[in-house]
Amino acid sequence: MLLLFGMPIAQIVLFGFALTNEIKNTKIVICDYSKDISTRAIIDKLEVSKNFEIERANLSNIEIEKVFKEGIVKLVVVFPPDFNNDLHRMNKAQVQIIADATDPNTATTLNMYVSNIIAGYQRELLQDQNIPYQIETEMRMIYNPELKGSTNFVPGVMALVLFLISVLMTSVSIVREKETGTMEILLVSPFNPLLVVISKAIPYFFLSLINLSVILILSVYLLDMSIQGSVFLIFAESSLFIITALSLGLLISNSTSSQMAAMLISLVGMLLPTVILTGFMFPLENMPKALQIISNVVPAKWYYIIAKSIMIKGLGISAIWKETLILLGMTLFFLFVSIKKFKIRLT
Amino acid sequence: MRTLKYLLQKEFKQIFRDSTILKLIMVMPVVQLLIMPLAADYEIKNINITIVDNDRSTFSQDLTSKILASGYFRLTGYINSFQAGFKQMESDETDLILEIPQHFEKNLVKENREKLFVAVNAINGTKAMVGSAYVSRIIAEFNQNIRTELLPPSKIPGAPTIEIVSANWFNRFLNYQVFMVPGILVILVTMVGAFMCAVNIVREKEVGTIEQINVTPIKKHLFILGKLIPFWIIGMFVFSVGLFLVSRLIYGIVPEGSVWVLYSFLAVYLLAVLGLGLIISTYANTQQQAMSLAFFFMMIFILMGGLFTSIDSMPEWAQWIARLNPVSYFIDVMRMVVMKGSGFGDIKKHFLIMAGFTVFFNTWAIINYKKTS
Repeated sequence: MLLLFGMPIAQIVLFGFALTNEIKNTKIVICDYSKDISTRAIIDKLEVSKNFEIERANLSNIEIEKVFKEGIVKLVVVFPPDFNNDLHRMNKAQVQIIADATDPNTATTLNMYVSNIIAGYQRELLQDQNIPYQIETEMRMIYNPELKGSTNFVPGVMALVLFLISVLMTSVSIVREKETGTMEILLVSPFNPLLVVISKAIPYFFLSLINLSVILILSVYLLDMSIQGSVFLIFAESSLFIITALSLGLLISNSTSSQMAAMLISLVGMLLPTVILTGFMFPLENMPKALQIISNVVPAKWYYIIAKSIMIKGLGISAIWKETLILLGMTLFFLFVSIKKFKIRLT
Repeated sequence: MRTLKYLLQKEFKQIFRDSTILKLIMVMPVVQLLIMPLAADYEIKNINITIVDNDRSTFSQDLTSKILASGYFRLTGYINSFQAGFKQMESDETDLILEIPQHFEKNLVKENREKLFVAVNAINGTKAMVGSAYVSRIIAEFNQNIRTELLPPSKIPGAPTIEIVSANWFNRFLNYQVFMVPGILVILVTMVGAFMCAVNIVREKEVGTIEQINVTPIKKHLFILGKLIPFWIIGMFVFSVGLFLVSRLIYGIVPEGSVWVLYSFLAVYLLAVLGLGLIISTYANTQQQAMSLAFFFMMIFILMGGLFTSIDSMPEWAQWIARLNPVSYFIDVMRMVVMKGSGFGDIKKHFLIMAGFTVFFNTWAIINYKKTS
């Protein structure tokens, strides 16, 4: 019981806050061999940014390698001597950015942050000079103007948690009846055996709906996500998704005979593929074609698209009918196969 | 000592008897290590762009071909209406819309300045940032080209430019696999170790054989050692297969640093993780409970271990949780040794902390394991 309610809540809070692709408070070292007006202006700009914690030290290459090996400093910016002179007399000055690229993601992102700030400074210089034929670019960040990480991750974590809990709980609870032998008693009773199995899934359906409400409330009030689209629609789609997960759980429980096997399939087998192939961790379009095709059979992928469209983009059913149909099709397929496989007699 | 020998004999016999579990131990890590790094790729490429060209002039066409020639973008539409472009963004067909206004060329030449409008789908913040930076860089270059074309050479203003030279150390080509493979290997070794160890003892509880052991004169710590050592060896074995077979032969990753540093850290780390498995097993009464607990911890370990997202960017309190996570230390050590060639001196702190975890977890497990139930 504790697990049923505690786990989703703990996870949505933990991952909603902690998972982000933004890079904040990273230690960078600035080696300023020039110490003039321009370098000071750029360093001031870097200091204002929340992304960095700046330390000033003139390090040699060997010393840079040493601080990188200790693993705390991720980036070094080097201003060569006579920076200001070069910039204004020769119209060309150089900055060197050395990144610890052990983590390519952090390295590129940090590099991008620093380059953007330097480019901004350069643009200011240009504006002072009144240069002809100036193209200005107006950028607008749609759906997520502050570039928050949670916007991307919350729908993903929702899909992950709802899916895994529903699959796990149904599959295990039915197999347990098989293991302990109570299934036989139910099967010899005058109930329709199919109803017996389906009625086992129904309590978990309502439990999952409660979980969903808690998750939504938490993400709105704690994680500052606003739900742009209709709340009714998100509940309807989520119910469909939960039913998909429950029927997959039924299918697993019908194909296995021990709790251990059911659990191994629904945890070890489902966890990593769901995390990776849903597309909230890593952009799906970057993956090899084969994996992109495989990702189509992951129900959480489709729910993630639906949740994103409703919650963040505020779209209606007309935009997501295709995904809805796919989920519906999957559900029918799982149900159909599990009914086919369902044996009234135990061996 | 002889008691321990017999206990070990018993454990190994039990483990090797169950062929499905054994296959699972061998096959699962190798397969996952083969597939996962292919998927775990953050590199931003193939950004879908829709260009709304209301001008259809030489300039606008030049700019379009310049953007497409850069190699970062994939054209998903070259259309006349922003509305249609926005529809594409809503359905995730495009990540970025560049709108070129009417009379772009005329206004630029006549009035010396003109605006371009870029809308970015920012749900994935990182992708949005990278995409917008690429676009602005290309536009700036295009802008410079126009100046050189239109102005006589003498009049081209000497704009002060800052050239940025970047160097990526330890991983010159920003290869994601070198980064992901060691981390994923850590997770797999942890899963195999902690899961199996936790479930193993609980199974003895469920089946009832633990009662039989409890009435023998076997000492608490001997029993626990007998459980630890087999899984310790299995963990070592899985790690070696992953390191030498998969990552060296298939991904061509050769550790920069010494393999001995890795193995000595692994030795301590495995003890800590197995200790955690033991603690779980002393609290759980059924395999279901043990599995669910182990699963809960694994989720947190995987997602908060710095494998996929950097720990430094988490809020302060989450960083504390990450610090209590043994997995994060081993992932860190793996990457430092494999990629940077760090030695014992650089990872001294990690070593001490991990030794602390080991002592703490195992003492807890021994104290909590009661011979009477």
